[in-house]
Amino acid sequence: MSRTRVGPLTGTPGSQAPALDIDAMIDDRSVGIVVCCGSGGVGKTTTSAALALRAAERGRKVVVLTIDPARRLAQAMGIEKLDNVPRPVPDIDGTGSLDAMMLDMKRTFDEVVTSQATPEKAEQILSNPFYQALSSSFAGTQEYMAMEKLGQIHRQAQKDGSYDLIVVDTPPSRSALDFLDAPERLSSFLDGRFIRILLAPAKGPARLMTAGFGLVTAAMTKILGTQVLKDMQIFVAAFDTLFGGFRARAEKTYALLQADGTAFLVIAAPEEDALREAAYFVERLSEDEMPLAGLVINRATLASDHQISADEAAAAAARLERGARESTEGTAEQSDRTVGLLRLYARRLRLVEREGRLRERFSAAHPQVPTAVVPALPTDVHDLKGLRLIGDLLADRA
Amino acid sequence: MSPSTDSHPTVADPTADWAGVQLHVVTGKGGTGKSTVAAALALALASSGRTVLLCEVEGRQGIARMFDVDPLPYAETKIARGLADDRGHAGSVYALHIDAESALLEYLAMYYRLGRAGKTLDKFGVTEFATTIAPGVRDVLLTGKVFEAVERNSRNKGAMTYDAVVLDAPPTGRIAQFLNVNGELAGLAKVGPIRSQADRVMTLFRSPRTAIHLVTLLEEMPVQETVDGIAELRSIDLPVGAVITNLVRPHELDEEALAAAAERGLDAEDLAADLDRAGLEATDTLVSALLDQAADHATRVELENRQREVVAEAGVPTYTLPQLPGGVDLGGLYELAATLKEQGLGR
Repeated sequence: MSRTRVGPLTGTPGSQAPALDIDAMIDDRSVGIVVCCGSGGVGKTTTSAALALRAAERGRKVVVLTIDPARRLAQAMGIEKLDNVPRPVPDIDGTGSLDAMMLDMKRTFDEVVTSQATPEKAEQILSNPFYQALSSSFAGTQEYMAMEKLGQIHRQAQKDGSYDLIVVDTPPSRSALDFLDAPERLSSFLDGRFIRILLAPAKGPARLMTAGFGLVTAAMTKILGTQVLKDMQIFVAAFDTLFGGFRARAEKTYALLQADGTAFLVIAAPEEDALREAAYFVERLSEDEMPLAGLVINRATLASDHQISADEAAAAAARLERGARESTEGTAEQSDRTVGLLRLYARRLRLVEREGRLRERFSAAHPQVPTAVVPALPTDVHDLKGLRLIGDLLADRA
Repeated sequence: MSPSTDSHPTVADPTADWAGVQLHVVTGKGGTGKSTVAAALALALASSGRTVLLCEVEGRQGIARMFDVDPLPYAETKIARGLADDRGHAGSVYALHIDAESALLEYLAMYYRLGRAGKTLDKFGVTEFATTIAPGVRDVLLTGKVFEAVERNSRNKGAMTYDAVVLDAPPTGRIAQFLNVNGELAGLAKVGPIRSQADRVMTLFRSPRTAIHLVTLLEEMPVQETVDGIAELRSIDLPVGAVITNLVRPHELDEEALAAAAERGLDAEDLAADLDRAGLEATDTLVSALLDQAADHATRVELENRQREVVAEAGVPTYTLPQLPGGVDLGGLYELAATLKEQGLGR
């Protein structure tokens, strides 16, 4: 849709955020992984896809790993249904390529089990009721599996050169960076005393028995019942040899994320909650020494270079309305329209001002974060053309 | 009560105005404002002397921010007066920030008198395991506490009882998994205390005493997710309540004007003349800015109307909340509560 050039993209004067140069980032061959994180509903998946497409059309061999994409997004990329295997996106311009896939946590988990355990053991694990619930229906597994999958793709890409850029969308976690915590959590579990309790019967004599130990076992039996506890112990015992591998790989992936070849993008919308989450991400990433590339603010309301203020527009609307009521000229219907247009204009400007203030506040607290602002589009993305447009807007080349 | 056998067995009866519902679960895609809606619903329900508990489970302290109070502890705290009824008679809203660890320790103390063992469990890393490492257990603990607040029994001595509990729940994409976690658990534990607890929780969640409301915006992705969410909830026999369309912007143009605007057929000269009469300088840039915006607005309205139809097809009672121009503050929450009540939700 043709539209007049919108106003300054980085917002109102006074906003200190440096501009985020998306093209420089995706053209930088040393960047091998881009991670998009942010709270739910800010357009994270769409941004990931648009970014991956843009990188591909600028000559890179890209795979985009999405977590839970809307069906429409898959269709926009010309793929009926995304799954655990990278599928080529057709009709990419230029010499690059783009594959897209969706994390299937159960299948990823199953594959790890079958590839790491002996066939008998794998069989034992796969048929364990605990494993089945764990791998398919419990919250939290996604974070572990996202790390696992990212590691897998990266190892494969290193080996056969299939990709030179991996774009990752992150799970819509309860707490923002749960997936970064996955290796830490596995470690604290494996090094903790609890696992020894779970493994105790399988590991023979109760040489670890202490007063506390007995108390814990008794409490667990009381709460869980003997059958559940036993199932759980069987599962943990069968899984014991695999845990270490999980941990080693998760730690490797964590280190990979910290390395220079990775760029984190925090995605937000110009709303208080989303920007608060974004601030949390930015702080958390710097605490973990993760390389933050910048902030993307989606769905921004932007106004044409305006000559009248929101107040002026609202006042004019009110005057016109009053005039129409008093007049007998029969222009009432037409001026109703104009009143409506002026109101819309005033409301839009107020929103622009409000969002500008929110962005300013964010950059005042985090002045070092390069920012890209992507205007809201009147409709959703339905095809590659739509994704390209978002890419252009991201790179400020629309 | 067992679910009836018609095609939508779990839709609550809208004519009943939710009177029999004790647990209102509010979910929605991220960015749709589900927490705001949950808060407004709690205010609306806390009318005519009724006492309502508003719970949050995602560790965000969103309630404290919305109601402008200190961060909430793991204790039911009175945070606001409800919305007054016609006779000026209000009720009270209490709030509870449920975290998994406190819920676990409380559960152990309440049901197993495991005061000392609780501490030992902590030392052995069991608490950490249960609340952060082990997938699923967190949701068991969070839903367990919500259940306890609804079904107050003699074990929790001196605790408040509530006329209704409103849960600001996880987002639509996770809601079925979250509420059904006890169903999964029941599948794992064939017998024993866990099994009976899980069964009790699922009985409440599947009963007409529970209603799961979905908050959406009139945009494609949130609406699609809402429709998918409704289907998913129904497939596991969880009772879908209402769809609440949030952040709805007023339409400033009539249908004829919208149709003209969509085709860029609004008359620039008429517009300029009006602007002139309104005392504005009708520059070309202002006129074309207004016309551009009219076209965008028409596109949006058309999209919203299509989405409204999709929502209607779900066959669920629908409520609408406006976008408040200045964002939502405490006053705004009461305004939204009144709007919900006028439409029959929270009466």
